[in-house]
Amino acid sequence: MTKLEFGLTMTLVGMGGTLLSMWALTLVMRLLRRLFPEKAAAQAGHEGLGGQS
Amino acid sequence: MSDLVLNSLGFLTSGFAALTWQQALMILVGGGLIYLGVAKDYEPLLLLPIGFGAILVNLPLTGLMDEHGLLRFFYETGVLTEVFPCLIFVGIGAMTDFSPLLQRPSILLLGAAGQFGIFLTLLLALALGFSELDAVAVGVIGACDGPTAIYVTSQYAPHLLGPVSVAAYSYMSLVPLLQPPIMRLLTTKRERAIVMKPTRDKVSTRVRILFPIVVTVITCLIAPKGAPLMGMIMLGNLMRESGAVARLVGAAENEIPNVVTLLLGLCIGATMQADQFLRTTTLLVLGLGMLAIILDTVMGLLFGKLMCLASRGAINPLIGAAGISAYPMAARVAQVQGQRYNKRNYLLMHAMGANTGGQIGSVMAAGIMLSILQGLGLG
Repeated sequence: MTKLEFGLTMTLVGMGGTLLSMWALTLVMRLLRRLFPEKAAAQAGHEGLGGQS
Repeated sequence: MSDLVLNSLGFLTSGFAALTWQQALMILVGGGLIYLGVAKDYEPLLLLPIGFGAILVNLPLTGLMDEHGLLRFFYETGVLTEVFPCLIFVGIGAMTDFSPLLQRPSILLLGAAGQFGIFLTLLLALALGFSELDAVAVGVIGACDGPTAIYVTSQYAPHLLGPVSVAAYSYMSLVPLLQPPIMRLLTTKRERAIVMKPTRDKVSTRVRILFPIVVTVITCLIAPKGAPLMGMIMLGNLMRESGAVARLVGAAENEIPNVVTLLLGLCIGATMQADQFLRTTTLLVLGLGMLAIILDTVMGLLFGKLMCLASRGAINPLIGAAGISAYPMAARVAQVQGQRYNKRNYLLMHAMGANTGGQIGSVMAAGIMLSILQGLGLG
């Protein structure tokens, strides 16, 4: 493996891998927030909806 | 009797006789680092012990870095085993609040963009003739993260530990000087003045407790070699968010990082021996290190501009510059620059989100690099 091949592999796989992993983490963070919403906010949301309906 | 006195006197002056000009120069360099820490307030907690370590190790005949020497013991016990950087990460995790990031998860992508500098610098280092592993160590300065840089360098290029650590820590403290001109160059006045709405959504305690566990599991499955770093930072954060181990959090925030920082600083200084430090390579490492941080900032800002476009102007691109791991300096710089162009602009919490994303991003990037090296048979 030449230095150029090494450098390009590291850059493509490394940066691509970092971006993809971080994107996956954003999805997980959204999922966590959806599964476990803040109670007070959730309750306030329900009350608000109740009031509207 | 007179011979004995003369011999004894000769022994007392042997240190002066053995002092080379290179060692004298390195003693001055050590003094310069102490001056920067004490008088200019640039990372004094690190630059002071580093500077003093550099002075100590360049005094001839002390044997501090010889086998059984005091600094050699600290170095072998804490740096070569990678224990010190990992312990510092427990402290960083215990001191970091990931709530701003959890409130707006998309900002985490800025933390990834802020790592481009690592890879671009690695390419440059290879082009300049560094070996593969040395180029990885030089590139990782772009993580803007001292412990990560030390962790990677001590594994793959221990002979570069001195210049890499000095570059990582000193440039981190120079972030408030390095970033603003780049921010002004790459963004328009209109973009800098964008007011980001405060995020009102609160993050539940369950999410804040689950976050470090889930991040650890996912990232370590992707890049197992990064487990010591990510595991320790997330352990510290879990302790903080659980609210159940106040004593451990206290130790992780204070006693542990204080002791480890002192010893780590001394060890880094101890790697700055004249015969190893005064080389052209050191200058190249210092130059490439600065370039790495500049490239991180450039790529973070460009990604910030992209997110600004995608969000139809809801995101101020300045927070992209905070997607590096220099916490919390980079976030403060974004806040100061934003407010300079719009007094009603409060970017701090958003920038903190990007900044904590940068911490995760830098560890992730390092972990992925280590895993690739292992995959290529170099690790």
